[in-house]
Amino acid sequence: MIIYSLTFYLFSTVAIFSALMVISAKNPVHSVLFLILSFVNAAGLFVLLGAEFLAMILVVVYVGAVAVLFLFVVMMLDINFVKLREGFLQYLPFGLLLGIVLIIELGILFLTKNFPDTSSFKEDYFSNFSNVENTKLIGSVLYTKYFFLFQVSGIILLVAMIGSITLTLRNKDRSKKQVISEQNTIKASKSIIKKQINLGEGI
Amino acid sequence: MTIFLQEYLPILIFIFIGLGIAIGMTLLSFIAGESKPDSEKLSAYECGFEAFDDARGRFDVRFYLVAILFIIFDLEVAFLFPWAISLGSIGLFGFWSMMIFLLILTIGFIYEWKKGALEWE
Repeated sequence: MIIYSLTFYLFSTVAIFSALMVISAKNPVHSVLFLILSFVNAAGLFVLLGAEFLAMILVVVYVGAVAVLFLFVVMMLDINFVKLREGFLQYLPFGLLLGIVLIIELGILFLTKNFPDTSSFKEDYFSNFSNVENTKLIGSVLYTKYFFLFQVSGIILLVAMIGSITLTLRNKDRSKKQVISEQNTIKASKSIIKKQINLGEGI
Repeated sequence: MTIFLQEYLPILIFIFIGLGIAIGMTLLSFIAGESKPDSEKLSAYECGFEAFDDARGRFDVRFYLVAILFIIFDLEVAFLFPWAISLGSIGLFGFWSMMIFLLILTIGFIYEWKKGALEWE
């Protein structure tokens, strides 16, 4: 049990630290790398909770894909570091206001909602499903009980696909590609014209 | 619960071993290695001539499109794992629910294929 607590504190400390570094690192590429570290630690916390499927999906989807995407965005934006710092004081009051509202909301949630006794909850949870795998539990309800939400997620993915294609796909005709068959079938009569030019005249 | 977490104990040990090796190597080379930096050593070297511009150039937007399409199909595959494991217990309804989901995404796949989003040139 002591190892459990120690790993929990290790993962949560590193997660909070790297989350802080995401917003305070000067180089945006560094903050993306800290974001990956934060995701990995969140996955570790999920494993400690017993949600191993969520942990693995977090690693596969967020760390693998979203972080690569973030790197692409950071690289493509052509970031000017000096310019990035410029508006900081201007945005500070608004950002501070948003942060305070979020903290108040979390505080209200924490104070008013009575959480069940976590120790008994944990025992209960694991004794109920001790011999059923986590992934199987998700699968047993996701496709039947939550049929509608599942299909909606499919449609959201479709919309994302179509949206990204219409936003970023450019014309195919931009590139000067060779058409080999056309080059092979061309005749000399089509490409060479003989002309008799008289003295002192142009074509 | 303890049995469940015990299965993850080797991973925890590997994390610590990896951390130890990484930190140890960095520290050792930091302590034992000789380091005499000067301005010429630290400047960017580009085959003899001065660096033309910043290394952080812009990427073609097509890389971004490929990454987005990859993520979407990645998520689609993520939905397949629990379905494959619990297929025996969710019956015909669960099976066809996944088929509809796949059909929706296949429509998107046909769209992007016909649109030429998968072609590089």
